[in-house]
Amino acid sequence: MLSLLGGSFQGYRRENGRIGVRNHVVILPVDDLANAAAEAVAHNIKGCLALPHPYGRLQFGADLELHFRTLIGTGANPNVAAVVVIGIEEGWTGRVVAGIASTGKPVVGFGIGGHGDHETIRRASQKAREFVQWASEFKRSECAIRELWVSAKCGESDTTSGCGANPAVGNAFDKLYVAGATLLFGETSELTGGEHLVAARCRTPQVRERFMYMFNRYQDMINRNKTNDLRESQPTKGNIAGGLTTIEEKALGNIHKIGRQCMVDGVLDKAETPDGPGLWFMDSSSAAAEMVTLCAAAGFVVHYFPTGQGNVIGNPILPVIKICANPRTVRTMGEHIDSDVSGLLRRELTLDQAGDALLDMLVRTAGGRLTAAEALGHREFVLTRLFESA
Amino acid sequence: MIHFIVHDERDSVGVVVVEGVRAGQELTGWILEQDRETRLQAAEDIPLGHKLALRRLGDGDVVIKYGADIGRATANIGVGELAHVHNVKTRRW
Repeated sequence: MLSLLGGSFQGYRRENGRIGVRNHVVILPVDDLANAAAEAVAHNIKGCLALPHPYGRLQFGADLELHFRTLIGTGANPNVAAVVVIGIEEGWTGRVVAGIASTGKPVVGFGIGGHGDHETIRRASQKAREFVQWASEFKRSECAIRELWVSAKCGESDTTSGCGANPAVGNAFDKLYVAGATLLFGETSELTGGEHLVAARCRTPQVRERFMYMFNRYQDMINRNKTNDLRESQPTKGNIAGGLTTIEEKALGNIHKIGRQCMVDGVLDKAETPDGPGLWFMDSSSAAAEMVTLCAAAGFVVHYFPTGQGNVIGNPILPVIKICANPRTVRTMGEHIDSDVSGLLRRELTLDQAGDALLDMLVRTAGGRLTAAEALGHREFVLTRLFESA
Repeated sequence: MIHFIVHDERDSVGVVVVEGVRAGQELTGWILEQDRETRLQAAEDIPLGHKLALRRLGDGDVVIKYGADIGRATANIGVGELAHVHNVKTRRW
């Protein structure tokens, strides 16, 4: 497998040097009001993708900053070739356009105010058609595996996640780390009970301090808002049905995703972008679609998603590779699973072999293989909110 | 055939990894960290993914999995019995 890690795949080398594995033209609404126009443009022009969402009005402070960071990061993601931004007014629309334009990729914005939906859809469709035709000629070229940015988050976990699927991702992460890739994990509340293990893996005291700051900030939020011990929320009803009993048990299984050797090199706030290779922790919700949306906004281009009971999540721009070790889920929900590692539980597969199988699936996905979630049309785009609108 | 997995020999619970485990069934377990096998009799039906106690736990005892504290027993749990939300609770939140 070392030969694979030193090897190459065919990817999209973007204007800023980052490597993408998909070639989307995105129609990005700044706010809920622009969803109709964005979806109309995506309907008119084949080969582009609208990302409707319910937010973007009267947000303020840190919540507004996160909104901009997520939208700009999504547009800037190297899996995106070009972007048409549409908002109700031109000010915030222009801010999103400027953020995406810093990557050097084609981007243009339209404000609906003073024009109406019809005229906006007409003008935006014209640009979308130009972008789609331009992107369709954007060629894949040879890229190194170490140039990949790979994120991980699990969902609908059960006890088989901690026995099989998560350690398999951890094995792949250990190998990718040595190869020099950029890696991400998060799910702050789902480290509860194992936070000391992550702290012990932090590269420097400064990284450890920042990690514990993020961890405690999330705990404080939960303690401020909780009405009970979070039974049925964390662990979820699905987790409990799958045999997980406490948050500590869930967390200790979750942490296997970061392997045994790689160190935490840095800590990011939500939707922030790493500035170098290595393993990064991003403060984030543990809800699947929210977290994966933040991974995409941080610039990650392929995602490992271990599941036990069978989470069906996908993302519009970030291919989500599903990994499962639960033999019943593999049997009953097989169309959602990309990598079956249930052999780990039967002693038919070693952890090293499972990790290699995941690396093989990573390279195939990066080279263009559609994931189960992509083939099934799962495009969950869910923005994280920090507090109420003004 | 492996019926249940134990992460670490210090653990007080193991995870059933096959379907249809019945009360009274003799089970073979695999301890991952030490890579050795162990045997146990199921005291009740245990669904796939659910945990059985590897030793007797008293009300208030620490429950160990992955060699770490995953909560406390809220009732007495006998060897081979199901350990889950009805008799184990988080120490957090």
